[in-house]
Amino acid sequence: MNDERWQHLFRDYGTSSFSELLRRDSPHLFPTPAATRPPVEHPAPPEAVPHGTTVLALRYRDGVIMAGDRQATAGYQVASRRIEKIFKADDLSGVGIAGAAGPAMEMAKLFQTELEHYEKVEGDNLSLDGKANKLGQMIRMNLQAAMMGLAVVPIFAGFDEKVGVGRLFKYDITGGRYEEKDYDAQGSGSKDARDSLKKLWKRDMGRDEALRVTLEALIDAADEDVGTGGPDLVRGIFPSVKTITRSGFGEVADDEVKRVCETILADRARTGNGG
Amino acid sequence: MRDDPGRPGAHRERGLSVPLPYYVSPEQMMKDKAEYARKGISRGRSIVTLEIRDGILLVAENPSTLLHKISEIYDRIAFAGVGKYNEFENLRIAGIRHADIKGYSYSRGDVTAKALANAYSQALGNIFTQDIKPFEVEVLVAEVAEGNGSRNEIYHILYDGTIEDERNYAAMGGQADEIRRFLKDHYRDALPLDEALQLGVRSLTVTQNKTLSERDLEVAVLDRTKERRKFRRIPPEALSQLLGTPR
Repeated sequence: MNDERWQHLFRDYGTSSFSELLRRDSPHLFPTPAATRPPVEHPAPPEAVPHGTTVLALRYRDGVIMAGDRQATAGYQVASRRIEKIFKADDLSGVGIAGAAGPAMEMAKLFQTELEHYEKVEGDNLSLDGKANKLGQMIRMNLQAAMMGLAVVPIFAGFDEKVGVGRLFKYDITGGRYEEKDYDAQGSGSKDARDSLKKLWKRDMGRDEALRVTLEALIDAADEDVGTGGPDLVRGIFPSVKTITRSGFGEVADDEVKRVCETILADRARTGNGG
Repeated sequence: MRDDPGRPGAHRERGLSVPLPYYVSPEQMMKDKAEYARKGISRGRSIVTLEIRDGILLVAENPSTLLHKISEIYDRIAFAGVGKYNEFENLRIAGIRHADIKGYSYSRGDVTAKALANAYSQALGNIFTQDIKPFEVEVLVAEVAEGNGSRNEIYHILYDGTIEDERNYAAMGGQADEIRRFLKDHYRDALPLDEALQLGVRSLTVTQNKTLSERDLEVAVLDRTKERRKFRRIPPEALSQLLGTPR
């Protein structure tokens, strides 16, 4: 067997990446990379496409909390009241999506499959940096669509087993990856959520306090940003909140979120604060 | 290499005529290939699979903790292979690719052991008839039932693409026949994990005069009580507890 042949075998066997595999074997299923996408003469106005609004992540004593409101907004309309924006990427990490909801959810699904595929083929997990990097590459492929108003800008957070701490990453539309130390928010209400976190976030918060800070920030974002949905007491829709710790990816039950939301709203009504 | 008489063209260079290939009847060729494959497989250590109360148990004799014979394919599907490592490893990865692409393009629930077992059967059948050297492997695809009346599925695929669906228990590898005979007498429905594991380990040693400790075993379950991904490896520490051997 000549060199080229066995090297080909090696290359073929060696990929543990699902997106590589998909691009090679089923290109019709692959989210079209920017370079091969035909130029669109009259792009659809971004108002016509649902956009996810506010997601945030913050560090606390046991790891990270990720949270998002439940609303998707298309222009001045509510596109969905119950959309889920925080996705479990694997046992120790999650993605919060903001931006064009369709491509963002597709990207989250591809990312989940990518991580699981790697884990099964290699029998081992990717490092947290490896995962963050992979997500950056996926965002970069979406660049041309991003230029036409279909940007996807997720937050990625996870528990780093090697170091034993929670870590979080933010991205720009070119796939640039920036590690944030304490907290970050993304989406249309992100500035307001960040302002809120800036005042409330403290080092080494316990779970209860971190949960309260998270929901304060989301309520502030919903207060100031028209696109972001607040706790909906009539329909019983509350922000989704997830924790990622050493023991895995966990969901904070709706009942608990509801209780904390009600406490915050009652406190604000009582003191006149937060107006 | 220079004096190798088997090298193509060696005869011609020495002024000999090219020998005509001998005629071999297809029947003989298949028999030879089958014997070759069987011999390779019978040298390998065995694997047993048992349907248990909460799912499906897979037990392999495997002293290596790094090179696996049992692996996860998808949410409810596991894979096990005996024979030549590189060959069943290739099949394993092909299976994961098949399942992940299918689950990505349709939905997670649409990935089934049956489709996967058929794909393996096709692949092994083609290799057996078309390649000079058949794969010296047997593979097993197991899918745990969701509950509510649906049934576990266990498919056993041989080196020539023959496919069988098995009930209650399955065995493959060197001592498969003896193990099957043993399990026929000793298998009971709905065993709890620890008893099933002890039975599985006993069946693996049925032809040997030795005992297997947790270091010689690779064990995994498709655990119906788990969320989404049902596959779970049982590490040696937990194994010795389940086997009831003092550490």
